[in-house]
Amino acid sequence: MIPPAPPPPPRSRAWSWRSQAFRGWVYQFLTLALLVLAVTYLLSNTFANMRTRGIQSGFDFFLQPAGFAIGESLFEFDSAQGYWVAYLVGLSNTLRVALLGIALATVLGSLIGIGRLSNNLLVRGVCAVQVELTRNIPLLLQLFMWYFVMTELLPPIEAPLKPMANVFFSKNGLQYPLPEWSAGHWGTVLGLLAGALAWRAWLHRAHRQFETTGHQPPVPAHLTGLASLLLLTVFGWLAGGAPSALSVPEVTEINLVGGGAVTPEYLTLLIGLTIYTSGYIAEVVRSGIQSVAYGQHEAAQALGLPRSAELRLVQLPQALRVIIPPLTSQYLNLIKNSSLAVAVGYPDLISISATSLNQTGRAIECIAVVMLCYLTLSLLTSAGMNIYNRRVRLEDR
Amino acid sequence: MKTVRPLIQRPWLAACVWVAMSTLSLPTLAGKTLDTIKMRGSLNCGVNTSLPGFSAADSQGNWSGLDVDVCKAVAATLLNDANKVKWTPLNASQRFAVLQAGEIDILSRNTTWTLNRDASLGLHFTGTTYYDGQGFMVTKKSKITSAKSLKGATVCVQSGTTTEKNLNDFSRMNKLNIKPVVFDTLEATNKAYFSGRCQAYTTDASGLASVRNKEAGNPDDHVILPDLISKEPLGPSVRRGDDEFFAIVKWVVFALIEAEEYGITQANVDQMKSSADPVVLRILGASEDTGKLLGLDKEWAYRAIKAVGNYGEMFERNVGPKSTLRLPRGLNNQWNKGGLMYAPPVR
Amino acid sequence: MHPAVFIPIAARQPPSPALGAWPWIRRHFFDGLANSLLTLLVLALLVVALPPLLNWALVHAVVQADNAACRAAEGVGACWGVVAEKGRLILFGRYPYEEQWRPLIASALLVLLLIVSCLRRVWRPALAWAWVGVFTVFYGLMKGDLAGLTAVDTERWGGLPLTLLLSSVSLVVAFPLAILLALGRQSQLPAIRTLCVIFIEFVRGVPLISVLFMVSFILPLLMPQGAKIDVLVRVLIGMTLFTAAYLAEVIRGGLQALPKGQMEAAHSLGLGYWQIQRKIVLPQALRLVVPAIVNTFIGAFKDTSLVTIVSLYDLTGALQLALGDADWRKFFIEGQLFVAAIYFIACLAMSRYSQWLEGHLNTGTRRQ
Repeated sequence: MIPPAPPPPPRSRAWSWRSQAFRGWVYQFLTLALLVLAVTYLLSNTFANMRTRGIQSGFDFFLQPAGFAIGESLFEFDSAQGYWVAYLVGLSNTLRVALLGIALATVLGSLIGIGRLSNNLLVRGVCAVQVELTRNIPLLLQLFMWYFVMTELLPPIEAPLKPMANVFFSKNGLQYPLPEWSAGHWGTVLGLLAGALAWRAWLHRAHRQFETTGHQPPVPAHLTGLASLLLLTVFGWLAGGAPSALSVPEVTEINLVGGGAVTPEYLTLLIGLTIYTSGYIAEVVRSGIQSVAYGQHEAAQALGLPRSAELRLVQLPQALRVIIPPLTSQYLNLIKNSSLAVAVGYPDLISISATSLNQTGRAIECIAVVMLCYLTLSLLTSAGMNIYNRRVRLEDR
Repeated sequence: MKTVRPLIQRPWLAACVWVAMSTLSLPTLAGKTLDTIKMRGSLNCGVNTSLPGFSAADSQGNWSGLDVDVCKAVAATLLNDANKVKWTPLNASQRFAVLQAGEIDILSRNTTWTLNRDASLGLHFTGTTYYDGQGFMVTKKSKITSAKSLKGATVCVQSGTTTEKNLNDFSRMNKLNIKPVVFDTLEATNKAYFSGRCQAYTTDASGLASVRNKEAGNPDDHVILPDLISKEPLGPSVRRGDDEFFAIVKWVVFALIEAEEYGITQANVDQMKSSADPVVLRILGASEDTGKLLGLDKEWAYRAIKAVGNYGEMFERNVGPKSTLRLPRGLNNQWNKGGLMYAPPVR
Repeated sequence: MHPAVFIPIAARQPPSPALGAWPWIRRHFFDGLANSLLTLLVLALLVVALPPLLNWALVHAVVQADNAACRAAEGVGACWGVVAEKGRLILFGRYPYEEQWRPLIASALLVLLLIVSCLRRVWRPALAWAWVGVFTVFYGLMKGDLAGLTAVDTERWGGLPLTLLLSSVSLVVAFPLAILLALGRQSQLPAIRTLCVIFIEFVRGVPLISVLFMVSFILPLLMPQGAKIDVLVRVLIGMTLFTAAYLAEVIRGGLQALPKGQMEAAHSLGLGYWQIQRKIVLPQALRLVVPAIVNTFIGAFKDTSLVTIVSLYDLTGALQLALGDADWRKFFIEGQLFVAAIYFIACLAMSRYSQWLEGHLNTGTRRQ
């Protein structure tokens, strides 16, 4: 028996509501239309408001002289320079505290994270207390506490602490002698670069030797690398004419001027951010190490590896792929948390944009530029960490 | 029921409706600030968070000060009750945005009148109620006697004020290389100076007197240097776009100043209504109705003077030699007594 | 050729006992040179630092609100009198003094609700109604202007009630928004996916302070002429948008952890998109990420301290306000410790709860 012919499929138009693709197009169109309508509405409100209130707009104010001084900066800032230079100073201040904070927080956080897994109960307890304290108290409160310590408990400017010759520690911050830049220092810089390359070459050589012969060089490659870095730097310095001019902090009538300085605001922000973020990084490192299969630990113990070697050779390399993504978000958090500088008086990017906003009244422009800067910083950091992540990621077989 | 049942079954929907209804308030009519104030029944006045002498609240929440008195006078004029004011304490960085946004009607917060602010921030300054200048405060221990010896000093300053720019101009001109430490709020700036972080504190001289009085453990340990490095005319301001309200506030202040010139005080204002001086009668509305031209009734100035007294009384009560600030009249005296207070005739 | 006889070697000494007090101490404190040194170092630090600290904090401390006694004990004993004197200002901000019973009751209710919501037995739709009810009562109590209570403007709200309000409302309102964003980010429709990605990455890339500045300065410009938005509502909008972006990432993690087979089975049953999300995907995904949601709540609770910068006096801001008083300014550290203790207890409780919850909810998926 020939089965009856199947009924013809129902006729449906391409643009029927039953088609999922069509519905998708309709939803997207509606969403975009709504968005465009909302944006137009808000923009028209904004323009009307700005017109009636006589608020001016435009980015031209960036070229006008700033007219305010900045308390501390990496490079000389003159108030006659434009607002955009002030913004650059703010950005450099943010980077100054953020980069150093990231480095210190990583080191401290890793130590504390490993300490939480230690056999030593006292060490474990101390690390646990540090982590719990720093994670459960808001950063702003911690910054206020550190600032209080800095400004109340440090000696006044007239009677500073002198831990070393020409180094002064007072309410004005830490002031120390700084080498003065002269042309001869280019030799030092070149020597430093050459030394870094030499270090890398030593490591490469030691690695290749190990791969081919199975023997480590008699002196560890890191030591030879460090020694060559120092030697080449000194050599470069001598070649540049051995410039040794130092700018030393001098006692003037009322203050100490000269030399390099880090203000209490910078120290507060650095210490506060480092300790706060190290609590989070400690947890990330700890969970990363604990995510390594227990069998690895047992095997390492069976081989008789001491704890430090076990950490270095077995657990951390495997833990890194679990650690890096949350570590990236902690780095981003640190960069964003550095914006709290405005509360302790450190002239970072947000603080300078707030000053510009108050003096020019151009709220939208100032805030937009600040957000753009932070977005760029965040994107750069995540991109960099993604590259590193890809390198250390262990490929599953 | 068709609309209610979905709301009951979907609590999240009810929550959305509730949130939406409570966030939007009645729209006000733009440009008709006077009508809005009358409809609302209170004047919204922006003041300082705490600057005794100019605007400060006691622990019961009662506000007093020179700037406070200006707002009280305007409220008495418009609403016949000097206490129908809603006080909004503001720090230096938000004050203009709040005025622009319409949350306050008058900004009476020891704000300096400058070109930049008058022209580009969408507000109008209505006049000067206090002629001041920027000064410095140092500790007596530091033995600094002149602002020009602040070479390389760290100076505490509040963000968002004319103080920052003036300090910078002064530093550049005298090659002092001053290092400012900039804080967000008045409280943080005060705390930093009094804890010894900075060697000097700078703001308007009247502000210095107020802060020293209120915050210093021992006011005599601190010296206000005699040099004034800028002109700081302080006065109230209103939003642009409402000329009527602008005129009212301007003329209330002028009326208070003229009242002192012609000897009308809070105590004798009632008797002065039957004075022989035609100028006095005109001010108090006993002969002519000047209020009609402003959109008010004829007793507008009478109410203002009855509420807070004339300008001299306001000064004496809040910042004068007998108050805790002990500031001399100086430039703030009447024009015929050697000062700068010159009110155009209320006529 | 080896002989076929088994010759045993001499018996070795039995290993040192692993049980007993001294072996335990040795294993946990003196295991090797480095550990022993560390133990001694920590003990030395404790011995040097702890007794003076306890002396200062407890023994010589002044508990009454007596300024003279505090000044006399300066440097020797802590001045907990600051807490007695300024405690109400710190806890309730600028709320009128006589009416402070209202924020007290309101906060107690909200805290009670939060604690009750932690019990799994109560997780039903009626709980949502309870939340709406408590929020309404909270708002009514704090705002007043009904049933004989005097009206108190939102600008005077402060301290602990403000912190609780900001964190809980921003999380509750951000939740549906975050679900939409997470679903949108996974959507097949390119326009919606791009929009969601842009929003999430933008909001996660900027600090909360700039978002707060944006809502303070720019939001009033976006409103039509004459419309006014309350300061509190503005800050809530900013915090909600911020929390929504972070929550969206958390929920996305849960959505990705769900096995693909669930979606495929649902499709084969002929369920529509929203039916699938409502009945199958979201219940499972949200259960997976409840601990992460609690962590986001802890983060929002701590982030409310930033509203100090836009002049809303939450717990941290009220502390600054209370210690503006010249008489009590020296005893700043005691005030800070008080506020830090409040935050610490609250956040510690929440994080312990989140850990417990994680253990309980994922019993089926626990690794070794």
